[in-house]
Amino acid sequence: MSERLVKSALTRRALLNRSVALGAFVVGGRFIAAADAAWAMEVTHLQPQTMATLVQMARDIYPHDHVADQFYAAAVKSYDSEETAQIVEAGVAFLDAAARGKGFASYLDVPWERNRVDILRGMEESDFFQTIRGGLVTGLYNQKAVWPLFGYEGESYSKGGYIDRGFNDINWI
Amino acid sequence: MSAPFDLNDDSVIVVIGTGAGGGVLSNELAQRGISVVALEAGGRYLPEDYINDEWESFGQLAWLDRRTTSGDWRVAKDFSGLPAWIVKAVGGTTIHWAGASLRIQPHEWKAKTTYGPVQGANLLDWPVDAEEMAPWYEKAETKLGVTRTGGRAGLPGNNNYKVFEAGAKKLGYKEVHTGRMAINAADYDGRMSCQQTGFCFQGCKWGAKWSAAYTDIPRGEATGHLEVRDRAHVLQIEHDASGKVTGVVYADAEGKQHRQKARAVCVAGNSFESPRLLLNSASSLFPDGLANSSGQVGRNYMRHMTGSVYGVFDKPVKMWRGTTMAGIIQDEARHDPSRGFVGGYEMETLSLGLPFMAAFLDPGAWGREFTTALDSYENMAGMWLVGEDMPQETNRVTLNHDVKDQYGLPVPNVNFDDHPNDLAMRRHAYRQGAAIYDAVGATRTLPTPPYPSTHNLGTNRMSENPRDGVVNKWGRTHDIANLFVSDGSVFTTGASENPTLTIVALAIRQSDHIANAMAKGEL
Repeated sequence: MSERLVKSALTRRALLNRSVALGAFVVGGRFIAAADAAWAMEVTHLQPQTMATLVQMARDIYPHDHVADQFYAAAVKSYDSEETAQIVEAGVAFLDAAARGKGFASYLDVPWERNRVDILRGMEESDFFQTIRGGLVTGLYNQKAVWPLFGYEGESYSKGGYIDRGFNDINWI
Repeated sequence: MSAPFDLNDDSVIVVIGTGAGGGVLSNELAQRGISVVALEAGGRYLPEDYINDEWESFGQLAWLDRRTTSGDWRVAKDFSGLPAWIVKAVGGTTIHWAGASLRIQPHEWKAKTTYGPVQGANLLDWPVDAEEMAPWYEKAETKLGVTRTGGRAGLPGNNNYKVFEAGAKKLGYKEVHTGRMAINAADYDGRMSCQQTGFCFQGCKWGAKWSAAYTDIPRGEATGHLEVRDRAHVLQIEHDASGKVTGVVYADAEGKQHRQKARAVCVAGNSFESPRLLLNSASSLFPDGLANSSGQVGRNYMRHMTGSVYGVFDKPVKMWRGTTMAGIIQDEARHDPSRGFVGGYEMETLSLGLPFMAAFLDPGAWGREFTTALDSYENMAGMWLVGEDMPQETNRVTLNHDVKDQYGLPVPNVNFDDHPNDLAMRRHAYRQGAAIYDAVGATRTLPTPPYPSTHNLGTNRMSENPRDGVVNKWGRTHDIANLFVSDGSVFTTGASENPTLTIVALAIRQSDHIANAMAKGEL
């Protein structure tokens, strides 16, 4: 987990007082946070709303209902950099423009996943989409903290393998 | 202990590459008292260095030098710069291999005779056969400690195998077992038994799986007749006016170039780098590259018909626990044209960790069809399908002069089109693989496309007639008497079996040939 993506030090009240609700998120001056204030992330180079849109886009590309937003946020956190800020702001602006073309205020304003997916399908071949999608393959699924959510146990060498720990423990076949 | 040889010592045999071919050959020659300098492009990693984390290990071991691709195979679209998943390290891809050790079937040595004419396929019979290879296979099986051969027991089946076996038996398959594996079921040859740890592809941290990295290489070095230079990337093979090779030029870890003289040169850099090196060594005497009077260097690239099937169940399987390739069904490996294709295929259990499953299940896919499959990762069983693909002259490794590597040399381009026989076989294999899991209650099956190739074969094929191929039955090039090829690129046809055992057997046999030729003063 990114050291900069931590349980918010802000109290829930302080956070909510300084922010506005946006989809599943709240955004303030330089941060985005979960609506329940379970986590928050500071942004330096991107607009908070841009980062919130990226997190939603990440979930819409690889939706896992049992994986919390903080893991998607960690997966796209690295786009908050001087090198990538401009291209990401432009990509998200394109996404919002596509949403407005379908009668919504912004991408985050689109309430149903199927409508957001329609917007993404329309830009599937773009470098922006492919960069975000490709980065998520490792950015999301290579987070060790995500593995247990899928039941994956990772390395077993340090525990002596599975020779005495259930390599053949299947009981329903 | 390791013998240091002088760069100007032209009595040594230079072996290029230290995997199943080059690593074994180097040791076998050294055991016979023959001086060998083995040049390995990669570094040295031993079991304590291996990393049981898929991406981190990939970064440590994989051959990631630039390559390009073309043709209609899906790998060219999904992994355009990564046509192969092979290893750049001392020990080569024997660090990564799953351990399946199967002999080529008798009829497969005679593919042209057995299958008859197949349009678009450049079929040929091998200049060796099952009978001639039998004693070499036995030596290879003994070296590797292959289970279910030589009186050695089989490995126990893991969860993934149990699902696979139950489905296979419901379908009536008969040849179903936990494989002939170069993974110790009991302590053998100074190596311990399998601890069912998984991560066979990332290097066995117990040393239970045979790898040249910690068997043949150190044993060869211990004789005092083998010097292995790691991070020594060979750029060119040189020859004299008579056409005999005289040595090689290689770059060391700092990029500094050296010239090692040699009595003979054995090329074992896998099926992309071996033909590439012969082509990059073109000279005024050999304008089309070394050993290429037939025009066959780089051609007939084979990668096996591959694919995977994953089955999703309503209960946990935990397929990643234990041996990665934990069992096999061999019933479909027969030649039976009534199925709509020539040749056959093996079905072998396989598992990937979550990170690689996300990368390889359906590359490029996204959305809920993809993610709901991964949601069931814990409930998945998996198998790999590996069958004989058709050699085609246009499936080939060529030099891409538009793209240069870190040494300024043209990179290899790998062109591959699936043959209609490959496609028909894959369709059949997907159907049978899905049926196996359906028979034991799968709620969903996932026909998964080929991964970047691990079985790279045929680009310096072996032939009776010099017109048809690059090397003779000993792996000696038809054109140059002291130039050999010692890896899977010599395969005349691919057969349906995982190739490592055959590469090892051919390398042991080649060492015998070289020693005899030296004893007779012919080399």
